Amino acid sequence: MDVMPKWAEVILVPLISLLLAAILSALVILAIGEDPVAAVKLMVTGALGSSYGWGYTLYYATNFMFTGLAVAVAFHARLFNIGGEGQAALGGLGVALACLYIPWPHWSLALVGAAIAAGLFGAAWAAIPAWLQAKRGSHIVITTIMFNFIAASLLNYVLVNMLRPKGAMDPASARFPEAVQLPTLHDLLAPLGIEFSKAAPANISLLVAIAACVVIWVLIWRTRLGYEIRSYGHSESAARYAGMPPNRIIMVTMLISGALAGMMAINNVMGEAERLVMNAVEGAGFIGIAVALMGRSHPFGVFIAAILFGFLYQGGAELALWTTIPRDLIVVIQALVILFTGALDNMVRMPLERVFLALRSAPKPGRKEG
Amino acid sequence: MTRDPAIELKGISKAFGPVHANKDISIRVMPGTIHGIIGENGAGKSTLMSILYGFYKADKGEIFLSGKKAHITDSQAAIAAGIGMVFQHFKLVENFTVLENVILGAEDGRLLKPSIAKARRSLLELAADYGLNVDPDALVQDIGVGMQQRVEILKALYRQADILILDEPTGVLTPAEADQLFRILNRLREEGKTIILITHKLREIMDITDTVSVMRQGEMTATVKTSETSPAELAELMVGRKVLLRVDKTPAKPGAVVLDITDLRVKDEKGVERLRGIDLQVRAGEILGIAGVAGNGQSELLEVLGGYANGTGTIAMNGEKIDLTGKSSNGQSRRARGIAHVPEDRQREGLIMDFHAWENVAFGYHNDPAYRSGVLMNNAAIREDTTDKMQRFDVRPPDPRLAAKNFSGGNQQKIVLAREIERNPDLLLIGQPTRGVDIGAIEFIHQQIVALRDKGKAVLLVSVELDEIMALSDRIAVMFDGQIMGERLPSETDEKELGLLMAGITDTYNEHSVDEVQDNLAHVHAPEKGA
Repeated sequence: MDVMPKWAEVILVPLISLLLAAILSALVILAIGEDPVAAVKLMVTGALGSSYGWGYTLYYATNFMFTGLAVAVAFHARLFNIGGEGQAALGGLGVALACLYIPWPHWSLALVGAAIAAGLFGAAWAAIPAWLQAKRGSHIVITTIMFNFIAASLLNYVLVNMLRPKGAMDPASARFPEAVQLPTLHDLLAPLGIEFSKAAPANISLLVAIAACVVIWVLIWRTRLGYEIRSYGHSESAARYAGMPPNRIIMVTMLISGALAGMMAINNVMGEAERLVMNAVEGAGFIGIAVALMGRSHPFGVFIAAILFGFLYQGGAELALWTTIPRDLIVVIQALVILFTGALDNMVRMPLERVFLALRSAPKPGRKEG
Repeated sequence: MTRDPAIELKGISKAFGPVHANKDISIRVMPGTIHGIIGENGAGKSTLMSILYGFYKADKGEIFLSGKKAHITDSQAAIAAGIGMVFQHFKLVENFTVLENVILGAEDGRLLKPSIAKARRSLLELAADYGLNVDPDALVQDIGVGMQQRVEILKALYRQADILILDEPTGVLTPAEADQLFRILNRLREEGKTIILITHKLREIMDITDTVSVMRQGEMTATVKTSETSPAELAELMVGRKVLLRVDKTPAKPGAVVLDITDLRVKDEKGVERLRGIDLQVRAGEILGIAGVAGNGQSELLEVLGGYANGTGTIAMNGEKIDLTGKSSNGQSRRARGIAHVPEDRQREGLIMDFHAWENVAFGYHNDPAYRSGVLMNNAAIREDTTDKMQRFDVRPPDPRLAAKNFSGGNQQKIVLAREIERNPDLLLIGQPTRGVDIGAIEFIHQQIVALRDKGKAVLLVSVELDEIMALSDRIAVMFDGQIMGERLPSETDEKELGLLMAGITDTYNEHSVDEVQDNLAHVHAPEKGA
């Protein structure tokens, strides 16, 4: 029997986890002699108080939606893809090549082309660990994390030796042509008469990310492939019995996962930096794991969690900018959120389940403590 | 004469959340008797014994041992109080010797040698006293299941147990071994030991116990003297209504050969041959029962027929050969050939426990056009179909949106059966159809299997329950060590003969000792099935 009603499972548990993380963060801020209330205020106004703040929050959230979905899809097949970082980095390479070497007539075509390139590169990077898992039984956690390092080295090599414009000192590609510049939220909302900060990097990729959430939801819960992925994830032996080929499921799932992680590059590389730089992913691949955990591998949960983490990122940056709270502490706060929402799930769930049990059996008389 | 009962439980209650596993249970067991506890799966038998053995703490109630109130806080305390338990799944270290297993946890000092010497002496004494002969220096992995069970009993006796609890002890034994076990239990009773026997088999209760308690849904519905009751009455007490213990069926009318297997061989991952040249035929309109001790190749037979293990040899379905190794050898292609499969382990294979009932009804048939609309799955259609099937198979509760894990064992099995039988297959493979299924549902499941046969379909039944094989089969093939030892008609054989065949002894007309049976079985190393 399910102990808790669904709403408690989906909303109450993450909310309480979040609250605990917030309280602990507040204590840490207190301990270093700062005012937690002021800090929260600053984070909220900084991240959500202006369209500029929102622009950054949503920009980060877009990254996290892609990487969060990538992890979530793999989770459904009980594959732990922690290679989002590397796959997103390779996606960036795909975007850079597509944008630099193909003369796009219009940004919309460029977006489609770059998204496909990003997806292909990301998928290709996930394909090798997937193949090793399917054929050789090499554990995907180990291989994907190793591939993150290989991706970083590869990108380093490509940027320094191949894509770096002659004479530049910076390990980065040339700037993308004007024609592939993506419209920002400012550009998109202006025709609707809504004013949005011009400086904020949030761009049309946000819409692509939201569309990806919907597509993944359909894939997982409405298609036969999604059904097979979930079956395999829940019980490999049952999938075998049913005649679902495990190797194909592993490969296809990881290709989708890698493609999603790779597609993040249309946001950070194409939409914001407009050139490929070293370490463009900035840890978003790892944040994706926390986002997927907190979002319970459900696309809608990933959407919400991604916005929350976007807020933490932007709010944290504001804190570092305007207070003496060191940048490291921001990382601590983010880590606490990840710890509570992801790793310590049962710590909140178990007592909560007991509360619900007590509530349910309370009307029954004669249940004395022995 | 008023003697204190060896065990007295007074008003034991235990709840797991909203589930009352035990409700106000009281039992008195007199010393030197065998007391049976019978009940369906989930009736609370194991919980009750776990409380007695100190695994759980009762919410309410008291335990008295020989008239004195006992506080059994953990299994150490239970052992100290003279209680020994033989679990259904043995707790032995496979690569230790019998002696080492016996002293494990009861070593006297820091050095092993004196303990071993002492244990060897007392093992010899115990063997002489109770007829519990085992080779003390044999490795546990090299001796048969029946012997391993003896080691478990010896372990308890070595710890000076006066009370012995046996949980479903005959589940893994051949009939001959079970008889041997009962002789040992009789001997123990004569020596004044008190024995609690937990089982779901009525026959065992009738054969050996002095008194019997019946449990149903956490409550003790009756405690009676065995001599004053009957199997029918006990069954009724267990289920709460009258049940048919025999399967009603007319003689089979076998038709054309549906499944034709020749020289089928299967190797496991280690390269050990698990099926060593199987020849079998199953005809339309008949039930072929495969009898055998678990682990003699029955699972592999079902797996290769079901399409998820590779094999060599030929299998023909309705006269057409089936691909046994290629890419197209999988569950999907088997289903397309008209083979339906109710697997032995419904929780690991047949169902996905976290999936809703309707998702499970589509399981394996999710490519069916009726379950599709374009590229998407037609979930509404599947749910409708599930509601339909649940109704026809009397699945309770009939809620397609309930997760499989929330159904009882019997209802889970009905979901699998509904999914497979309603496809109207030419051949039904069915393994352990009533394992972990309550008596009430057993009756229904057996009826469905017979009904499919009566429609002219072929059924291949694998079961370790000899009673079930005898009751359902039109023909019986006995498997031992990956081979068919012989085929018999149920009307022309008995449990004794089948039991010998199950141990690989084919000259069933001569007398054979139990030791010979156990010796034979010990050479078959059952593959470990991960839980």
